[in-house]
Amino acid sequence: MADTGDSDIGGTSPDDVQLRFREDEPVGHAAVTVDAFLDQSNANAVRVEPGDDARELIPHLQRIALVEVNFPAFGDGRGYSSARILREAGYAGELRAVGDVLVDQLAYMRRCGFDAFAPDAALDPNDVEAALARWPHVYQEAADARQPIWAERHA
Amino acid sequence: MYLYDQYDQAMVDARVEEFRDQARRRLEGKLSEDQFKPLRLMNGLYLQLHAYMLRVAIPYGTLNGRQMRALADIAETYDRGYGHFTTRQNIQYNWIKLEDAADILADLAEVEMHAIQTSGNCIRNISSDHFAGAAADELVDPRPYAELLRQWSSFHPEFSYLPRKFKIAVIASETDRAAMKLHDIGIRIVSNSEGEPGAAFYVGGGMGRTPMIAPCIREFVPLDRLVTYAEACLRVYNRYGRRDNKYKARIKILVHELGAEEYTRQVEEEFAHLLEQGVEPPIAELDRIRTYFADPDFEDGPKSVDRSDPDFALWVERNTVRHKHDAYVSAVISLKPVGGIPGDASAEQMRLMADLAERYSFDELRVMHTQNIVLPHVRIADLHALWSALDEAGLGAPNLDTIEDIIACPGLDYCSLANARSIPVAQRISERFAAKGRTAELGELKLKISGCINACGHHHAGHIGILGVDRKGVENYQLLLGGSEAQDTALAKITGPGFDEDGIVDAVETAAEVYLREREDGERFLDTYRRIGMTPFKEALYG
Amino acid sequence: MKILTGNDLKTGAVVWWTGVDWSIHVDDAVDAGGEADTVAAREEAARRVNVPYAIEAERIDGKVRPAHIKDRVRALGPTVRPDLTLKPADPDARDWVI
Repeated sequence: MADTGDSDIGGTSPDDVQLRFREDEPVGHAAVTVDAFLDQSNANAVRVEPGDDARELIPHLQRIALVEVNFPAFGDGRGYSSARILREAGYAGELRAVGDVLVDQLAYMRRCGFDAFAPDAALDPNDVEAALARWPHVYQEAADARQPIWAERHA
Repeated sequence: MYLYDQYDQAMVDARVEEFRDQARRRLEGKLSEDQFKPLRLMNGLYLQLHAYMLRVAIPYGTLNGRQMRALADIAETYDRGYGHFTTRQNIQYNWIKLEDAADILADLAEVEMHAIQTSGNCIRNISSDHFAGAAADELVDPRPYAELLRQWSSFHPEFSYLPRKFKIAVIASETDRAAMKLHDIGIRIVSNSEGEPGAAFYVGGGMGRTPMIAPCIREFVPLDRLVTYAEACLRVYNRYGRRDNKYKARIKILVHELGAEEYTRQVEEEFAHLLEQGVEPPIAELDRIRTYFADPDFEDGPKSVDRSDPDFALWVERNTVRHKHDAYVSAVISLKPVGGIPGDASAEQMRLMADLAERYSFDELRVMHTQNIVLPHVRIADLHALWSALDEAGLGAPNLDTIEDIIACPGLDYCSLANARSIPVAQRISERFAAKGRTAELGELKLKISGCINACGHHHAGHIGILGVDRKGVENYQLLLGGSEAQDTALAKITGPGFDEDGIVDAVETAAEVYLREREDGERFLDTYRRIGMTPFKEALYG
Repeated sequence: MKILTGNDLKTGAVVWWTGVDWSIHVDDAVDAGGEADTVAAREEAARRVNVPYAIEAERIDGKVRPAHIKDRVRALGPTVRPDLTLKPADPDARDWVI
């Protein structure tokens, strides 16, 4: 467990997670920063800030069970790329969007590979349901399992 | 032109319902203005000086009569009977109510239109050559590539919260009619030495407060990798584009600060990675889109017109452009009547243009970034009938690419960002030159006016540019010379201290006089400026 | 004096704080004095007005004139379309803005 005092930056706990789209047991301890993670061999939960380069985690994906991607402000979209890059590299653990996560962003975040959400302000369950059911199709290949429209057209 | 299939229609319909729900949540107080603003902007809804403003997308500037008529209906039903065609080939309505916005989007969806991503920090409506599919000099019609990218960029999950807005233009001829190198990404469809088609990518151009001409970062991207390469360009931008300063957040700053070489290296690295990710639609999809842009059934016919009516002859001379079929021309409907508001059209005028497109141009219209309308495929035999109808409706101004054909942003009469009014300056300049009968003498002279540094009026790219600024609460206008948005892209330079409203009109006239005095045979204003430089103009203006 | 302005949330119309409500006529505006921030916050929270803000203005012969041209354009309407302004029949309206 990563319990070094200087690396615990107050990551989310399972209790903070409002939405989770996976069956496995959530990691029960706080995530460490990318720098701290790269310095120590035993951590399995890491927190990616907007300025971090998610590609640095790629050599270590086998031992990671939780990646938290922080959105300090909803308008900063770097976390979408971080998520998708990790999924493209084969990361299969929990990918949790935390911070200023708004209901109108859920569908795009799901497409980028997020499968857990710990928003600062709880989301209205009805709005969540509507947001996740919104798009009948998608135009692009991304990090989810959905077939792009072009694939459906030329199936 | 492109028509929606069930998928496209379902996506646009879903977007309408999404926005209807967002607007409801805003009105109920579940969304703050800070949270709602990016959502409404991504549906083209601004809050401007007098009301909400809605910007409707006209992808690559192409629309049909039914769509133009729907735009007229919206102008009458929800606005005040007119619309404003913009320098991004779109249309804006100035008097929109938030409570009507979702209904307007629903009306648009019925005619395969929308306002998706016409604002916000996302990939905007993609622009193209307004003579695409008609131009005698194009390699291919560029619009299928623009459409492919339109679909790829619509609701893009990774690139909807970029550092800043992102504009793409696609052309397919050496002549640049879309200011391609002044875009975040400019794409030119080219053929390589084996004769295969591909795309040259120019990245990091733009106007605004720091104008830059985009460098070519790759001369040839095969067509079956177009989307993948664009995705790589965007991913590097999303990762490194500045988010600490809105004024330095465009990709042009990133490319400039990293250097084109380093930016390109990173794009290539990402491109190599993305090639393994299966993000590229199959060529069959491009082929499917291409079928919508097949030539209409052109027929042989007369190749010349009777020019005995001098007014008609002048309009033909000025406002028609050579077509790839010799019995046709592209005809430009000027939205620049002398003393008028550049780019504005009334609902009645829109309906007339729709009728004329159906009758004379295979049901197709184009919006030019110069805020005029094109009927792309008009039989030379029909020109007189077309001109007569236009002239009667006040749409027959024979002034394409002249000093009367001014680009002007809405400026301080409408826009909350503006520092000075643009439209009155345009009106007074066109009136001044028309009254003195000097328009013809001056020939091609592209004058572009912006009411603030954001440069929606493309002042950096004007042969003569005017920038409105706020000087201690009073409107002031800077004069710029020597810009070009064409294949000889150049950024205009400021002449010196600014002028008041009367002074700027005089200053433009002074600059025109220097040109007339100094020009050599066949030189346009821009050519003379390039030959003699700024000094003679400065002397005349400030000496 | 300091007057308070914004746009109606639903319609987007330019509105001015009258002391009890919002009016589309700038001449109805009152000096919001030290209350501007409080009123703005309250009215925005009540969703009657969008992004309200206080501006400098002066009252001359009963008529209110905002200090900055941008707010005078807002108060009247587009100078290039007198027919769409609040004072279509007033030939001096444009000069008042500039």
